[in-house]
Amino acid sequence: MSSKYFNMCGIVGIFIKNKKLENKLGHYLSIMIDNMSTRGPDSAGFAIYKSLKNLKKYKYSLCISVDEDIKLFELKIKQKFKDINLKQFSDHLVATTSAKPNIFNKYIIDKFSNISIVGYGKSIEIFKQVGNPTEVVKKFKLNNFSGTHGIGHTRMATESAITTNGSHPYSTGEDECLVHNGSLSNHNNLRRILAKKGKKFNSYNDTEVAAGYISDQLSQKNSLKETLLKGLKDLDGFYTFIAGTKNGFAILRDEIACKPAVIAETKDYVAIASEFQAMAHLPNVNTANIYEPKPGVVYAWEIK
Amino acid sequence: MNFDLQKNSLRETNSFLQNIDYNRNKREFLIKNPKGLHAICAGLKNNISVTIKGHTGYYCGGMNQKAKITIEGNAGTGLAENMMSGLIHVKGNVSQSAGATAHGGTIIVEGDASSRCGISMKGVDIIIKGSVGHMSAFMAQSGSLLICGDADEALGDSIYEANIYVAGKVVSLGADCIEKKLTTFHIKKINELLKKANIKSLDYKNFRRYGSARKLYNFKIDNASSY
Repeated sequence: MSSKYFNMCGIVGIFIKNKKLENKLGHYLSIMIDNMSTRGPDSAGFAIYKSLKNLKKYKYSLCISVDEDIKLFELKIKQKFKDINLKQFSDHLVATTSAKPNIFNKYIIDKFSNISIVGYGKSIEIFKQVGNPTEVVKKFKLNNFSGTHGIGHTRMATESAITTNGSHPYSTGEDECLVHNGSLSNHNNLRRILAKKGKKFNSYNDTEVAAGYISDQLSQKNSLKETLLKGLKDLDGFYTFIAGTKNGFAILRDEIACKPAVIAETKDYVAIASEFQAMAHLPNVNTANIYEPKPGVVYAWEIK
Repeated sequence: MNFDLQKNSLRETNSFLQNIDYNRNKREFLIKNPKGLHAICAGLKNNISVTIKGHTGYYCGGMNQKAKITIEGNAGTGLAENMMSGLIHVKGNVSQSAGATAHGGTIIVEGDASSRCGISMKGVDIIIKGSVGHMSAFMAQSGSLLICGDADEALGDSIYEANIYVAGKVVSLGADCIEKKLTTFHIKKINELLKKANIKSLDYKNFRRYGSARKLYNFKIDNASSY
């Protein structure tokens, strides 16, 4: 759960239109997250989508708990998957391999109880950790990342514990992720329905259920826009969602719309944030087309 | 006198503006680089004039008394919240809940206002040159909301008393809000508001008036099932 009251949790997203700015993505996003640390000082996380070219292998973002010997894990996994390439970012590892998700994920879940898969896909990389957002983005060196679009979250925990599993973004499908400002009231029932269909959940968090719901709908060949519109009927509660896929991202506010969001669009980028101050540093933002998403309307952007 | 929020702290700026002496001759101020910060110019209580160059965050001009605040940009949630008197003029758009619970003074918005504009308003005059979002004038108690554009769903929901004037389309009216006759009193009021905001392209004939049906004032046993 993210938040029950007005100011709790901050969400941000940026979609780069001008390819020349793709290497600035991490820089822009890190300041956006930093500026939203007042809304959520407990934990932070972000998802980065890398350019879609040359994406043959899968990437797995793994969070290694302090109880796990990281060197030993590296040895074991290199024996199991010969072509694996590991890159360490603080307590996260990004593993690149041609092994398919059903094989790789099963291996990790079965063998390593202290390692959680925070996201996987051909484009996405996810990092999340407890602590002040300013520190979290520094730890992962978000500043240096490049990509086509990125989503971030700062959390003020109100109902469930401050843990990595309780942090956003949530990813429950290949190259998918979701951040949420708000809280859902029918998540227990929805979790049961989705669990019956075979979806696995790692926490009791409401946002993870919403992410599972979106994955389920997307797997039935619905577009992200259709999925979110259907969600208006099936997800009960209040929310501003930013959902990402490898092709783009979308934002939706519930029909009461008590959770804030503002969009700034220029010819170079689309930025979304809970508050304008999160994007006050972006280039030419003062002359951008700035507007608020209307309640119950999906706004989506796709890579052309 | 200028403040630059890149250099001066918000607290220092607000504190200075809140404590202007009656004897002080310098009464015009400029704030640069507001960067969407919250509570800029909150709690001003003297007849001074402040211009803010850029976009502001939440609660700009909250609790204002007497001061004239001009925002050359957009304003975030809760603009002029609980304002008592004075004038707040926004050159861009405003976010949700503009003029919430405001008792007096005037708010003029050149652009659009988002959801719940004038929520629980208690005497303020709000003039929106563009359109307003859903649930505007929700539980409004007193004052006037003049909308030159359109209004989204549930306008005037659960309204107690207040005058709502709309020139454009109304998507739907909220509970207990009905269209009412434009009497001489209201024609005068509309003209007064148009003059305040220097609007010449419209006159009272363009507006329709909405207000309270006064059916939710008292508990009625017949309605028990709908509570």
